[in-house]
Amino acid sequence: MFKRILGLIVVLTCFIPALAMAQLRVDVTAGKIDPIPVAINTLIGTNSADYQMGKQIAQVIESDLVNSGLFRSIPESSFIQRNLGVNDTPRFGDWRLINAQAMVHGGISVSPGQITAEFRLWDVFAENQMVGRRFTTSHSNWRQLAHMIADAIYTRITGEDGYFNTRVVYIAETGPADRRIKRLAIMDQDGANNRYLTDGRYLTLTPRFSPTSQEITYMSYEGGKPAVYLYNLSTNRKQLLGKFPGMTFAPRFSPDGHKVIMSMAKNGNTDIFTMDLTTRRLQRLTNNYAIDTAPSFSPDSRQVVFESDRGGTQQIYVMDAGGNSAKRISFGKGRYANPVWSPRGDLIAFTKMLSGQFYIGVMRPDGSGERLITQAYHVEGPTWAPNGRVLMYFKETPTGSARKGRSARIYSIDITGMNEHRLPTPVDGSDPAWSPLLN
Amino acid sequence: MLRRLFLVFAMMTVVVACSSTPESSGTADEGMLTPPEDRTPISQSDVIYDDATANTGTMNAPGTQEDLVASVGDRIFFGYDSSELDTTARQTLDRQAAWLRTYPNTRVMIEGHADERGTREYNLALGERRANAVKNYLLALGIEGNRVETISYGKERPAVLGSDETAWSRNRRGVMVVQ
Repeated sequence: MFKRILGLIVVLTCFIPALAMAQLRVDVTAGKIDPIPVAINTLIGTNSADYQMGKQIAQVIESDLVNSGLFRSIPESSFIQRNLGVNDTPRFGDWRLINAQAMVHGGISVSPGQITAEFRLWDVFAENQMVGRRFTTSHSNWRQLAHMIADAIYTRITGEDGYFNTRVVYIAETGPADRRIKRLAIMDQDGANNRYLTDGRYLTLTPRFSPTSQEITYMSYEGGKPAVYLYNLSTNRKQLLGKFPGMTFAPRFSPDGHKVIMSMAKNGNTDIFTMDLTTRRLQRLTNNYAIDTAPSFSPDSRQVVFESDRGGTQQIYVMDAGGNSAKRISFGKGRYANPVWSPRGDLIAFTKMLSGQFYIGVMRPDGSGERLITQAYHVEGPTWAPNGRVLMYFKETPTGSARKGRSARIYSIDITGMNEHRLPTPVDGSDPAWSPLLN
Repeated sequence: MLRRLFLVFAMMTVVVACSSTPESSGTADEGMLTPPEDRTPISQSDVIYDDATANTGTMNAPGTQEDLVASVGDRIFFGYDSSELDTTARQTLDRQAAWLRTYPNTRVMIEGHADERGTREYNLALGERRANAVKNYLLALGIEGNRVETISYGKERPAVLGSDETAWSRNRRGVMVVQ
């Protein structure tokens, strides 16, 4: 019996490497994916400070990869080979025995004010190193370092850019539903390092990240005049975008970060404008007795997707960047809102309202291939991960026996509709906006 | 046709009356009493008026918000995704215009609000549209433009909390606030 099993293992072992070499690459567009089993070792150092940091970093890497839905973590307690230093050669048979397909190990050295970490990613079946890299940073940036390692692993295995070393700006909500206090807040993509940027005295809405700089644009009721503001994360300074004759709202940066595209409402009519941040020149894009709002540039800056009720109800339109040739692209049942162009250019995410329910969905820029990803009493405001593979949005749920309260939470979801995942925020959160990949 | 409709209505009334009987005869120590579905909602303006007088201790000082609320009403309501002024709304606005003529030094802010069943940015625009529908009507009645300002709160400041049409219909509103 035993001999037979051994024989089987030998046969399997001969076949598996060929299979596995093809397998250790995930097609993230495939929909339901069997997560890749990955073994992540604590980064090895020489003292207890190293050990502590090595363990923390390994945990962040693990949580990033697992939350992506593409990986399954093998618990360290089942590892056969232990204390694998960065320059030690893995005993691949030991890792195959616990069914690891990918294996990560590395070294860490913590000195006052600085940490250096290095890691290697191995294809266990092909027995080759897929990537190996070294990072040095300040002590306080250790989470960012861990996210960069996770991004390197994700990129090497999926062929897609990573999105773990990113931040999310959002609106932190507290207080009763009719007098919500809404503050501008920022956190890492995984909910860590939460920080409030405004004090809550003024209603603050719809923040969006610059794709090129550490700047945010948002709408605030500061001074009783609802208007678009800029917030510089490096200087922690906010600035009124400009003095305009009407309410400005729905701001978003152009892909080069040089312009803000937004709505301005005057005498009851809302149109779309751009504001050049250098020359401060305002340019009108739409001129129409309808609500034209929620504009978003295509990544090549040539087109703008927006919503308009010019045809009677809220629908999605695409026009050129000069404001001409507007063409409706949403033709399904219901109302369509909040279009956001993917950073990859291939899809437009939107909010849809139909029969008393809200949906988040995606469609191609010509309106074809509409796919609804999630549905609830109220979901709204999709935002793209910089790699265009994951969306975030917020979900508002009635609370209490009379359904009079409101709980707002931020979720991320794979664009295939799999792996919906709630972000941990200290208080309620809405209007999330994803940052570009940080360096 | 009309007779048949009337019959249906009469039957409904009977059904409602019957179904509400056990509720009214229920014991007093029941934990939760649900109000009958067909009850007319209490006007929000009264609540605000009560709050305001409770805080200031004064009653209806002429030309104040409390006076506006008590004598003519401070708000009008809109249909779903609409900024049209129906007869009731226009009657309220007529009274508001007359009230504004009585107090010619009064300046007001018109707040436009939306229910929660729309998206945030669209609702900001819709609130702006509603506030301006009110302003334009007042201006057409001869109120000076420099006395009337507008602001949209979109769906950010509901007056009534709830997840049903009763609540939503009270939140689709234009509110006059004395400055």
